[in-house]
Parts: sequence; structure tokens; C-alpha cells
Amino acid sequence: MNLDVSNWSLTLAGLLVLVAMWIGYREKLGIDREIITAVIRAVIQLFVVGYLLKYVFRVNNVFLTLVMILIILFNASWNAQKRSNGMAHALPISFVAILASTGVTLGVLILSGAIKLIPSQVIPISGMIASNSMVAIGLCYRSMNTKFRDQRQSVMERLALGGTVRDASIGILRESIKTGMAPTIDSAKTGGIVSLPGMMSGLIFAGVDPVRAIKYQIMVTFMLLSATSIGSVIACYLAYRNFYNSRKQLKDMPNND
Amino acid sequence: MTAILELQNVGYRAQENQILQGISLSVGAEDYLTITGPSGGGKSTLLRVLASLLTATEGKILFKGQDISEKDPIEYRRQVSYCFQQPTLFGRTVADNLDFPFQIRNADIDVAKQKSALEYVGLPESYLSKKITELSGGEKQRVAMIRNIMFSPDVLLLDEVTAGLDEANKDIVHNLIEHFHKDHHVTILAVTHDATEIAQASHIITIVKGKLEVTK
Ligand SMILES: Nc1ncnc2c1ncn2[C@@H]1O[C@H](COP(=O)(O)OP(=O)(O)OP(=O)(O)O)[C@@H](O)[C@H]1O
Ligand SMILES: [Mg+2]
Repeated sequence: MNLDVSNWSLTLAGLLVLVAMWIGYREKLGIDREIITAVIRAVIQLFVVGYLLKYVFRVNNVFLTLVMILIILFNASWNAQKRSNGMAHALPISFVAILASTGVTLGVLILSGAIKLIPSQVIPISGMIASNSMVAIGLCYRSMNTKFRDQRQSVMERLALGGTVRDASIGILRESIKTGMAPTIDSAKTGGIVSLPGMMSGLIFAGVDPVRAIKYQIMVTFMLLSATSIGSVIACYLAYRNFYNSRKQLKDMPNND
Repeated sequence: MTAILELQNVGYRAQENQILQGISLSVGAEDYLTITGPSGGGKSTLLRVLASLLTATEGKILFKGQDISEKDPIEYRRQVSYCFQQPTLFGRTVADNLDFPFQIRNADIDVAKQKSALEYVGLPESYLSKKITELSGGEKQRVAMIRNIMFSPDVLLLDEVTAGLDEANKDIVHNLIEHFHKDHHVTILAVTHDATEIAQASHIITIVKGKLEVTK
């Protein structure tokens, strides 16, 4: 296995970023600064995480592993909550949803023996689950915000007819859960056809037999489907009541997106 | 006559906007109260406050002698039913709308009742399966109203339900309201700009700039 990327090839790859910046500049996209920050952040974050992981893997301490996972979960919750547009309790709701989706999925994987309870397996898988869950939950929030605004009138009419907040929100809830899961379902459908998914590519890259790599990828697909569905359902069900006040009236919503 | 709804110095403000102010009013059981006044005066806001879709920021409202802020809003709204100005229908078909009152009460859907209600407002029973996008404005308004009376409420709050309807349609809606008022003893509070309705009203109030101006 030759998996070493030399500094020289990294530099060449870095030149590709200049292409992106040049296009951004020519087309007046105004994203030059954003690209620069993104690149610098990516490099620094990845290096820090790389060294950190190296240390954690070597120490192989349960407590340290748990702390790492908690940090991942917290970061994911923080990012998901940013999509909520100022919704009350968005951080705890996101955390509970991500914790549950990651916990359940990871638990099944460990109990079934698919992965081992060692940091070099548990941490990357947690990260993968939590980040997909995070994206799904973010989409759920965004969808709920838009739908509660667009369908304000029909939600109010259901309330006026004596519907509970659940009766008034159930359509929005279902649509938002679907929205949250859509990317995972789409990528499950196109997996292998449009792109070779990350984990599989990585394994094939590292010289693993493609058929074995596929088994891992199937596992990843199942695990992400489970994680995003659990995460979306929990987040949506915990969040929708926030759109109502204690008198079961639809709250005023901020108009900015 | 005992008051079914009693407003004591009711006010409503949204942020800096004082939309309603110092409204005191007593509505008798089985009364038919007509509410009028210039556009933007606060009539719809008043009905929404009465429907507990908004909470009065000042004063209090008693329903059958009990402060409505102490009642379960869901139960209350089934008794004091608000029909929106320019209502929208939800779901896909007329049936989706007429099923809703049954679903929220965990009641079996009574198709016969739905059909006879449709017929009562001059719509054929085949309309149950009609798509809501294929209804005219007047038809939508009638379907929307039937949702409110599938289960007869104690009070019906009607917000310009005849606006934009032709004479024939207005008559149908008037008959429906009369039927519930007379036969089911429903108290009616109806907002209107319609000259005929105002002329025929027995009990009328005017809301101007959020205040109760004239009572007849
Ligand atoms: N949520 C709100 N925030 C701020 N102002 C509001 C809000 N809702 C209504 N208003 C204002 O309150 C006033 C009264 O509105 P309302 O809809 O009650 O009037 P109305 O008497 O029903 O008028 P119309 O006859 O045109 O239906 C209007 O000036 C309106 O702009
Ligand atoms: Mg109005």
C-alpha cells in the first residue's frame, strides 16, 4: 500500500484551489475570501484532528474516546442548531436528536460485531453518523421554518377548527422529516452509480478488495439511513411545539430567513 | 338573557401597535351580533382574540362566566368556532376538509352528514371528491364554513363570510347561518361590510380604530 501523499502533490493539488478562485473572481461570485478561509480552516482543522486522533488511538482510553465522541456530537448539534433561525431550545433538541441517532446506530453496529469498540473504529463512525444526522436535522429545521411561514393560514385554520397543535402541524412534520431524509435516500439510490461513496473509495484506495469494500459501504448506507431517520423524527417532534405558545397559538415568526 | 361572551375592557397590542383598546361588550346567548366598521379597524383581530387564536393583552374575556385564559384553548375553539376572512382549504380534496372536524374528535367520519351539509349550501354530494383547486371562490367559502359547523358550536364567529359572493350565493350562506342560529341555537358574531346585512341587523356594533364606537 502506498498511501503517502507527498508534500509536492499536496502543493499541486492546492493549485487547483487557485482555479476555483480564478473562476470566482472572473464570474464576480464574491467568494474569493470565503474560499481562502475555507481552505485555511480545512488545512488547520484536519491537521489538528489528525494529530489528536493519532494520540487518542494510541492511548486507547475509554474515557478519552467518549470525550472525543461528545465533542463531535456537540459540534454537530451546534451546527444543526444554526439552521433553526433562532428557534427556542434548538441546541438541546439537536443534541438529543443527534445523541439518540448516533447512540442507537452505533450501539447496533457494536453489538452486532460490525465494528469493534476501539477508538480507531468508533470515533470515525460516530463522526460519519453525527454529521449526516446534523445535515438532516438542519434540513428539517429549515423546512419547518419555511413551511410554518408559508402555511401559516392553513395552520391557523386547523387551530380555529379546534385541532390540537399536532393536528395542525402533522402535515408540516411529515414533509419536514421527508426533507431531512431526502439526501440520504437519494445518495443510497445513486450510491456506486454516480459516485463511489467516501468509505468505499477510501477502502479501495487503501487496497482492500472492492467486494469487501462494498460490504462496508452497504453497512454505512444502512447506518446512515437509520441515523438520519431517527435524528429527523426526534428533532421534528421535539421542535414543532416551539412554533406555538402556551395558549396553543401560532407564534409570530421573524421574517428573515 | 345570560351573557355567553363577556368582554371586559379588552385590548390587544402587537409590538408598538395598539390594535384594540378598551372594548367592553356583553353578548347574550343565542344573540345575533353584527360587527362593522372601516377597514383596518380591528374587527378580524377582535374575532381572533375571541377565538383564542390571539391572547388579549389587556382586560379579560369570559365565556359562560369563565375566564377563557383558564380554559383549554382546543376545547374552547370547538365551542367558539372562527371562520376566517378569505379562508383557505387544506389537503387535496373537499373531503379532506370535511373529514378534519371528525378526525380531531377521533369520531367516525359521517359521510351522510358531510353530504347533507354540502347539499344544504347548494353543492352536489359528488363534490366530496372534488379537488380544492377546482372550486370557485364562492364554493370554497361555503366548504370552509361547513367545516366550522360539522359539529354545531355554541358560538360562530364569521369574518366577512359573504364578501365577494353574488346575491344567490349570499342567500345560501345567509340561510345556512339562519338555520344554525334558529334551529341549533348558535350565537352568531358576524363581521360585515354588506349594506343589506347591516340594514337588517338587529344588534350591531361598530369598531373604529380599535375602539367600540356605536351600539344599536
Ligand atoms: N400581527 C400584526 N402585527 C401588527 N399589526 C397587525 C397585525 N395584525 C393586524 N394588524 C393591524 O391591525 C389593524 C387591524 O387589522 P384587522 O385585520 O383586525 O382589521 P379589520 O377591521 O378586520 O379590517 P378589514 O375590514 O380590512 O378586514 C390593521 O391596521 C392591521 O394592519
Ligand atoms: Mg378583517
